[in-house]
Amino acid sequence: MKAAVGGYARARDLRHALELLAQTNGMGRVLAGGQSLVAALNMRLTTGDVLVDISALSECRGVVEDGDTLRIGALTRHAEIGRDPLIAAHAPLLAEATTHIAHAAIRNRGTIGGAIAHADPAAEFPACALALGAVMHVEGLAGAREIPAADFFRDTFETALEEGEILAAITIPKAEPDEVQVIEEVARRSGDYALAGLCLVRRAAGHRVSLFSTGPKPMLATGAMAALDAGDVEGAIAALKGEIDPPSDTQASGAYRRHLAGVLLRRAVARIEGGTR
Amino acid sequence: MTEIVRDRIDVALVVNGEPVEARVPVGQHLIDFLRLELGLTGAHASCEHGVCGACTIRVNGEAVRGCLTLAAQADGAEVWTVEGLTDTGAIADLQAEFVSRNALQCGFCTPGMLVAADELLARGGVPSRGEVREHLSGNYCRCTGYEAIVDAVEAVATARAGGDARTGEGGA
Repeated sequence: MKAAVGGYARARDLRHALELLAQTNGMGRVLAGGQSLVAALNMRLTTGDVLVDISALSECRGVVEDGDTLRIGALTRHAEIGRDPLIAAHAPLLAEATTHIAHAAIRNRGTIGGAIAHADPAAEFPACALALGAVMHVEGLAGAREIPAADFFRDTFETALEEGEILAAITIPKAEPDEVQVIEEVARRSGDYALAGLCLVRRAAGHRVSLFSTGPKPMLATGAMAALDAGDVEGAIAALKGEIDPPSDTQASGAYRRHLAGVLLRRAVARIEGGTR
Repeated sequence: MTEIVRDRIDVALVVNGEPVEARVPVGQHLIDFLRLELGLTGAHASCEHGVCGACTIRVNGEAVRGCLTLAAQADGAEVWTVEGLTDTGAIADLQAEFVSRNALQCGFCTPGMLVAADELLARGGVPSRGEVREHLSGNYCRCTGYEAIVDAVEAVATARAGGDARTGEGGA
């Protein structure tokens, strides 16, 4: 189908984008790469939106080092994340995640900020942000806010972003020298949304396990994390299965998704124990 | 003063090497602008939610979905479609391999398939068959079963790399 939009405005810079959003009487919708939003518009899941196009804001694009963290502009595209040397060196989880996201042509336009702000429970980047302990840098006319990933994702397609705010950047702690980060997922076809997916990070402070496509939002599996810290892989898998309640749909039953989550944790542990980064 | 446009917006872009200026409806897809306003009907509007790849075109050097890009967003962009790539001869070898290997039947997917394959070929080297399949995984073909398409892309990569034999690192 064709999109039915209520208006369009091209932002010159972030401040301009915020001012434009404020003029939309609650109908504003931030357009970044558009790879989820335009699809939703085409299917008329939403109509009458006033699109504030931020896709040309170069100030929000690219990856830079900032002390012990990487600062990733919200408009950095998936394909750019996948080939960025700083990402490869300091946040390899994100680079690996891009190989699972949709198809090449979509990765050329889709943005990491768009994916995180959209908060699709089946998407890879929100779960990565959770596993890595990312911080979301949000701008609004009332000022800037920093929101930890653990507080950012609220529900399906719902985040801590307030009306009129824009996600401008994401910061991620650089991987420690011995840190390992892996992502595993199962999808029926290359590029499909995962039936279930899992991120595993092992750092000095302990293990971090996050899941996607197993509930209404990405979640940390704290029980599994504690069991892995104690060196109990079987216990971690049992704990993981107990702390998720995946939905059933036409793609997979909840029971199958729960089974897959355990399989994915076992695969991820095998990879990090094998030393594969 | 508002800068929010409610109905139509001016765009200036370069399509297949020629400058184009137009007023487009704010919600119009780039693929519909190319097809309906410019008569460039090579790339197709099909699923219209980014799944099938029939609308794949080149924007600023990258293969993108014409149905997930608004014409309004193409202001200032350089756009190439299968018509332009045919006229310049840029993909003549790829098209010849598609024909000689029957890598198309109805041809509906072919314009998008060619643009997607061309992006992979532009990286140089000889991709493995697995890499070709992965790169084309977002372009659906309902006729060929893909085998001949992968053959054609592989043959062009090998020829462009300067040999009849496989010179790439990757296996099947």
